[in-house]
Amino acid sequence: MSTTVSFVPLAVIPEQVSSFAQFNEELTLHELGHYLPAQSPLKDFIHHNTLHAFQDRKFFDAIRNASTRFGYKVSLSIEEYRQYFKEGKINEKFLDSTIARRKGQHLVEIWKEKILTGDLTTSALPRIGMLRSNWKKCYQVDLDSMVHPTLFRLVCSYLDQGISSWQFPLQDRNFLNSLREMEKNSLMSFFKSKRVSKLFVENRLELSDLLEMLVGDEKYFSQYLFDQQFAHQGWSGMVATVESQPETLIDSRKITLKDFIIFELLLEMDALDRHNGVGKWKPLSQVMVETPSDLFASVPPTEYFDAIAIFQEAFEWSFYDEVLAGLIMQQKRLRSKHLKTFQAMFCIDDRECSMRRYLEQEDSHCETYGTPGFFGVEFYFKPVDGQHLTKLCPAPVNPKVLIKESGVSTKREVDPHFSKHTHSIYGGWLISQTLGFWSAVKLFFNILRPTGSPASASSFKHMNKDASLSIEAGEHIQYENGLQVGYTLTEMTDRVEGLLRSIGLVKDFAPIVYVVGHGASSVNNPHYAAYDCGACSGRAGSVNSRVICYMANHKGVRNLLEDRGIVIPNTTHFVGAIHDTTRDDIEYFDESVLSLELAEMHRKHAMTMRSALDKNAKERSRRFEYVNSSKDLNRLHQDVRNRSVSLFEPRPELNHATNALCIVGRRNLTEHLFLDRRSFLNSYDYQIDPDGTYLRNILRAAAPVCGGINLEYYFSRVDNEKLGAGSKLPHNVMGLFGVANGIDGDLRPGLPSQMIEVHDPVRLLIIVEHFPDVVLNTVRTSEATWEWFKNEWVNLVVIQPETHELFVLRKEIFEPYLPVSKVHYTEKLERIIETRMDNLPVYSI
Amino acid sequence: MNTILPVFVLIPLLGFLSSLFIREKAETALSRVAFVTVALHFVLLLAYSVWWLTNGHVPFDEKDLVVFQSTNYEFFIDLCFDKINLVYMLTGGFLVMLVTIYSRYYLHRETGYKRFFNTLLFFYSGYTITILSGNLETLFIGWEILGISSFLLIAFYRHRYLPVKNAVKVFSIYRIGDVGLILAMWLSHHLFHENITFFKLNNYELVHEHLQTHSLTGVVLSLMILVTAAAKSAQLPFSTWLPRAMEGPTPSSAIFYGSLSVHLGVFLLLRTFPLWEHQTSVRILIGLLGLATAIVTTSIARVQSSVKSQIAYSSAAQIGIIFIEVSLGWLDMALIHFAGNAFLRTYQLLVSPSVVTYLIREQFYSPVVRKKTIEDLLPKKLSHTLYMLSLKEWNLDNAMYRYLWNPLKLAGKRLDILTPQRSIVFFIVAVVAGFILLWNESHLTSGLMHFLPFFFSAIGLVLVLKSFTERKNVKLAWMLVIMNHCFIALAISFNEHYTMLHNVLYLSGVLVCGAIGYLAIRKLRLKGNNIDLDRFHGFSFEHPLLALVFILACLGVSGFPITPTFIGEDLIFTHIHEHQAGLALFTALSFILDGLAIMRIYARIFMGPHVKSIYEMAYRSS
Repeated sequence: MSTTVSFVPLAVIPEQVSSFAQFNEELTLHELGHYLPAQSPLKDFIHHNTLHAFQDRKFFDAIRNASTRFGYKVSLSIEEYRQYFKEGKINEKFLDSTIARRKGQHLVEIWKEKILTGDLTTSALPRIGMLRSNWKKCYQVDLDSMVHPTLFRLVCSYLDQGISSWQFPLQDRNFLNSLREMEKNSLMSFFKSKRVSKLFVENRLELSDLLEMLVGDEKYFSQYLFDQQFAHQGWSGMVATVESQPETLIDSRKITLKDFIIFELLLEMDALDRHNGVGKWKPLSQVMVETPSDLFASVPPTEYFDAIAIFQEAFEWSFYDEVLAGLIMQQKRLRSKHLKTFQAMFCIDDRECSMRRYLEQEDSHCETYGTPGFFGVEFYFKPVDGQHLTKLCPAPVNPKVLIKESGVSTKREVDPHFSKHTHSIYGGWLISQTLGFWSAVKLFFNILRPTGSPASASSFKHMNKDASLSIEAGEHIQYENGLQVGYTLTEMTDRVEGLLRSIGLVKDFAPIVYVVGHGASSVNNPHYAAYDCGACSGRAGSVNSRVICYMANHKGVRNLLEDRGIVIPNTTHFVGAIHDTTRDDIEYFDESVLSLELAEMHRKHAMTMRSALDKNAKERSRRFEYVNSSKDLNRLHQDVRNRSVSLFEPRPELNHATNALCIVGRRNLTEHLFLDRRSFLNSYDYQIDPDGTYLRNILRAAAPVCGGINLEYYFSRVDNEKLGAGSKLPHNVMGLFGVANGIDGDLRPGLPSQMIEVHDPVRLLIIVEHFPDVVLNTVRTSEATWEWFKNEWVNLVVIQPETHELFVLRKEIFEPYLPVSKVHYTEKLERIIETRMDNLPVYSI
Repeated sequence: MNTILPVFVLIPLLGFLSSLFIREKAETALSRVAFVTVALHFVLLLAYSVWWLTNGHVPFDEKDLVVFQSTNYEFFIDLCFDKINLVYMLTGGFLVMLVTIYSRYYLHRETGYKRFFNTLLFFYSGYTITILSGNLETLFIGWEILGISSFLLIAFYRHRYLPVKNAVKVFSIYRIGDVGLILAMWLSHHLFHENITFFKLNNYELVHEHLQTHSLTGVVLSLMILVTAAAKSAQLPFSTWLPRAMEGPTPSSAIFYGSLSVHLGVFLLLRTFPLWEHQTSVRILIGLLGLATAIVTTSIARVQSSVKSQIAYSSAAQIGIIFIEVSLGWLDMALIHFAGNAFLRTYQLLVSPSVVTYLIREQFYSPVVRKKTIEDLLPKKLSHTLYMLSLKEWNLDNAMYRYLWNPLKLAGKRLDILTPQRSIVFFIVAVVAGFILLWNESHLTSGLMHFLPFFFSAIGLVLVLKSFTERKNVKLAWMLVIMNHCFIALAISFNEHYTMLHNVLYLSGVLVCGAIGYLAIRKLRLKGNNIDLDRFHGFSFEHPLLALVFILACLGVSGFPITPTFIGEDLIFTHIHEHQAGLALFTALSFILDGLAIMRIYARIFMGPHVKSIYEMAYRSS
């Protein structure tokens, strides 16, 4: 899973004013940065709410505004909803109840007819771009096609992290200064117009001066800049992101949105001088024929958007209701108290949902837990030979600890196909006639018999399992890069205690407790970071699992824990592991320290784990059209593994597609429920946290993390062209930080169509097992967390643990809820998996 | 037909045709047909090559099919086989086969899965015809297919703006190459008085004898071939189309622009080598062009910060070197270099998405140091200049616009007086006048007789210029293209007495397809759509069938080898005399602009983002 950050603290989100106001440069730049896509460079791909800028409004209000202003498609189309209704994916019962709730009982029939058969279209053009389109109307000049290629190429070359053989000169200066220096000291110019070149070199003009020359009337400045920047929101978003988080580029650059805009304004003036002649054009506000509508004026509700809201909620509740019905059915089952064979902690990730189910099925005496995959240990990691640090915890956290890998040196394989020499005249000549033929052989085998290569991303390569880690700070604490090397004893104890209490594992320890991080493997996949564990900032969770196990096995830590009331028996040992979610393989760490007896047990559990992985691979394979799910299990698993190393496989795995739920509670809520890998599962025992202290931390992470993932999938699914990255097949890697189509295109943030095509766009439903008043108090303590619930970007339901009653959060209070769906019991899950590819209903198993 | 060669041409064609009849959603059937076609082709080819190599590897040539014959003209399909074909066929077959397997999975669930495999097989048919062709006419058939399939593959994502824009751009460069080829055919006709086969060019005495008497014709002929080769192989000044062609799915970019399509210019040079072997000036020119391209494109490649454009320019640079090798007569080396470069670039493009994983890891484990490059040795001012120049692609792309397309557009704008009514009246008057003159030919002075062909072809050119630059009226633009063809026919009729059959042959396809195209436009308008040519409309989104019909009509009108017009065009050209370079140029220019105007109309009506914003559409800049 991956996480999200609210990049802008709530307090500084500016008031939405009309854009037709006096120009306030700082405010406009700030607002621009806020509305532009906030995706980091590819290596740090982090899921977040695509429309985070609108999060201060209620969900449906926000999407209506986003759509009308920026032209985004913000939901399925009316036709798609109607189709879902026909197919039964939207249940009539919930359509009725949604209409009744939103419009009143007496209007149900009228509205139902309207949304099912009525003429509902919205054809109004978005407001964005309207002002600037006047250039074309007045002067028949296509500024975009004259400015964009130069602008994109320049900024890409400046930011480039290592594709070009000859890097941008003067990159140690900031963007504008380095360009200016080149303009001054060269026989060429970036501009055709001498006048503009002079303006640039002399550097006496401020942003507003340029706008005055180009736009004229001050009241249009702000809207003009929005129009201009949203004509290439990908590049602008990247610039804004690099400006606010310069450390996200390994080879850092100094660029600001303001510099970028200034240069674009100059290029526009140059284009106009070129097209019309110097002095033969007037500022836009003096020549435009029609006044555009105010970009930020509030958007009134329309029937179309009302219909969208009704359809969407009915669609969501058709699914939620089944789940809730299943959950209260489960509540009544009692969990047998017996001796545990082993316990295993997994990441909260929806991809581990089925893995845990199979593990429990293979060994009914084991116990599984879910918790964010950094396992409560936050630190920077420095691998052997690594020149830089990797953050291994959720992105918003700023760790103070450094963990260094040492002991072994991992040899990195080299692939000459990526060598710059192939691009030089002589090197290319030599290489094409020698290596060229080897490429043919390589290609042949790679297509017929895919195997891993130096170019693939592999979760197991993240850390060398034989290396040692500097987990414990010595007597004399050392510092490196301003970070403390290793944890102190108290710090370690705090983290182990925090982890165990938050998941409710404080007694009845089994002899072996596995802590399983996760990661993914893929090749030919620029979005590889989105497949790894987001609680580890888009990296594999192997180091974290090793670190927490070391701490939990530490004598000193256990002594201190005893004082704090958690007694881990001497016979219990924590074993770290990493689960590769693409290949469904697992690797264990530090097995050699196990006692003979434990080693024997471990061997047995590893077998259990293996067959659970086989079955998990089988369940995943049902979504892959070209894998025959009824095949022999071993061969099927091999097919699944091959996807991770096949150059031609754009879907090595489906990542978080279909995610829809986040369940925070004890395992017996969900143990016998088939949720089709759609749920994040966070273990939590309300009994040891009566006042919700741990719950607050869980929700503070779960709402933005799981909600962010969910909404990124939602928006990438409903408008894959504007809010997603489109098909990944034509993608071209730009400067190692982004992808674009072709060579002159805008960057494409968001998720490619291959990642979202099976996703059903429903908002996340968070279900918490606790008392409603405790939950309400808890979520209201943090304004940032509360915003997610209050504004309905995620839905919240509480299960009262004693009465098993359900309460749903609506209009900021909990209302009782009674599910109406029937959940069927099935024993034929395997058969269902073998035959169906679509989303499955909730089954009791 | 005496050997297996026609079979090699037919297999991909049959594969292509049968792939047209498979359902859109039947991925397995589509990819299987493609794979079986290509694999069968490759295996047969391999077996045949082994047999040929072990049996004395004698190059041979065969006249397979006479399509049209008159007293002093013969249009025939001719195929040949020698080591050049062998290398190109094996390399092409191998790569296409691998890419077919690759794409089966890679394109899974992509809208346009069928279109992709159709186009792939179409391309392969064109490739095979081009490579096996034994004369320029046959080669031209393949060449045209390659041009169209390239257009379709670049514009594979036809609802986005940039792919369509770039497809039209690349097509226009290809069109320049086509005209080089048409003129080369015309000249070689006059030089050799027949549709000479490549094999006869090996006959030194024959070639030498003709060149001796017409040395200028020989040089111009070679230059035309060089223009065609340079356009197709992305040499100067055409190089900038290559990176812009990388708009389709990665495997298609890899195979077409990374390897096969882009090496066809080299192929043309290799094929016609005996023709210019003894023209030292031409050889020097080819070598210099190659060298200049190698240097310029390398400098551009060095500053590229996107992985595909970097590979594209490096590939163009290597092809520049291959040009040098060919000009030096090192044909075997050129062949090896071709195959190696094709394999290398295909593979590099296919693994290009991996570059992030690989290089980021490299970067992570190696300290950030700014690498010294050779350019650091230059004085700052020069180094900055070179950097900026390279980043701007040496202004090559702009120059294309400034010196080629903009003057044409400007000229076209002057013709705004041509409204639909006026142009129809004008057309009728001019044609009637033309016919009256033609009837009374005997009364005309010989000066007038010389002048009239120019006059009418100039009118034709003006009309098509107007069509090419028309921004509003679609029907007008379309009709002007048809009229242009009529004027060409009229012009040539004054030039020489030949049977009306030639004109019928020439105009039949144009008129029939013209009518079909007209009806298609009408139908679209009747559905309440307001179409102009000022922007892209993307109607293939709503009316895919109409789009298909219309593109077939476009192909017919532009003289694509699906109607007799194709032979007619060639035939008409034979009636232009050797000394009428002006007339030949006018006619050739008409043909370029015809093709361009038509593809522009198609692109503007049916491609690009859909006009109605209710659909999920990409940004213009993406």
